[in-house]
Amino acid sequence: MFEIGLSHYLTVAAILFTSGVVGIFLNRKNVIIIMMSIELILLAVNLNLVAFSSVLHDLVGQVLAMFVLTVAAAEAAIGLAIIVVFFRSRGSIAVEDISQLKG
Amino acid sequence: MSTALIFYLFAGLTVASGAMVVSARNPVHSVLWLILCFFNTAGLFLLLGAEFLAMVLVIVYVGAVAVLFLFVVMMLDVNRAELRAGFLHYLPLGGLVGAVLLGELVAVAFAWRPSESAEGLTRAPQPDPMQVTNTQALGHLLYTDYIFLFQTAGLILLVAMIGAILLTHRRRGGVRRQVIADQIARSPRSVELRKVQSGRGI
Repeated sequence: MFEIGLSHYLTVAAILFTSGVVGIFLNRKNVIIIMMSIELILLAVNLNLVAFSSVLHDLVGQVLAMFVLTVAAAEAAIGLAIIVVFFRSRGSIAVEDISQLKG
Repeated sequence: MSTALIFYLFAGLTVASGAMVVSARNPVHSVLWLILCFFNTAGLFLLLGAEFLAMVLVIVYVGAVAVLFLFVVMMLDVNRAELRAGFLHYLPLGGLVGAVLLGELVAVAFAWRPSESAEGLTRAPQPDPMQVTNTQALGHLLYTDYIFLFQTAGLILLVAMIGAILLTHRRRGGVRRQVIADQIARSPRSVELRKVQSGRGI
C-alpha cells in the first residue's frame, strides 16, 4: 500500500486511458471533447512509457514518450485547424455533419 | 511514506480531473480540467525521475496544446445543449465498454512480470542521477543514436505548422491589401517631382 511500484503507475495510466475511451463514447457529438479524449489517451500511453523506463532504468522509453508528445501536439494543431475551417463553412461542429465531408 | 502520499495526491487528482474532462457540461471547463490533469501527470513524471519530460509536458501541453484548445473552444460559438444530446443515451454502453477495458488493463498491470532476460535488453542504461542529470542523459541519447528520428519529429512539426496555416488562412473580400509587386511595377511616369516656388502653388 505504501510501497509505490510499477503497478500503481500502470493502474493510474489504465484509468486515464479508460476515461479517454469512455469520453469518446459519451460525447458522440462534440468533436472538441473527442479530441481532448484522444489527448488523455496519449497522456496515459506516455505515463506507461515513462513508468516502464524508470523501473527498467532504460532511457529509450522517455525518448519514445517525447516523440509521442510531438505527434500529439501536431495532431491537435491540425485537428483544431480542420474544425475551425469546418465551422466557418457549416456553422456547426457536430460529428454527424462531418460525415458529409467525403467526396 | 511521504512519497506514497505525494503519489496518491497526484494520482488521485489526475484520475479525478481526467474523469471531469469527459463529463463536464461546459467545454471550457473541460479544457481547464485537462490543464489540471496535465499538471498532475507532470508531478507523476517528476516522481518517476523524468524531470525533463515533466517540464516539457507543462510547457508543450499546458502552454501550447491546452491554450490552443481553449482558444478554439471560445472562438467557436457552439450550441452546448445540442452537442450534449445523447450523453445519457450512450452512458450504459460506454460504461460497460469502459468497465471491461479497465478490468482487463488493471488485470494486466498486476499480473505483469518482467522476463528473466529483460535486464540484458536495456538499450540505453540510465546513468546515475547524481552524476548526470536526466536532461543531459536524454540529450546525449537524442543527439546521437536518435538524431534521425529527432529530425523527423521536427519535420512533422513543420508540416503540421504549414498545414494548419494553409487550412485556416483565407482571403477576405472588401479589404484593401498591400500588393508589393504592383507597387514595384509602377511606371516611372505615375509619380512626378516638381520644383515648387515658395508662396505659390503648382
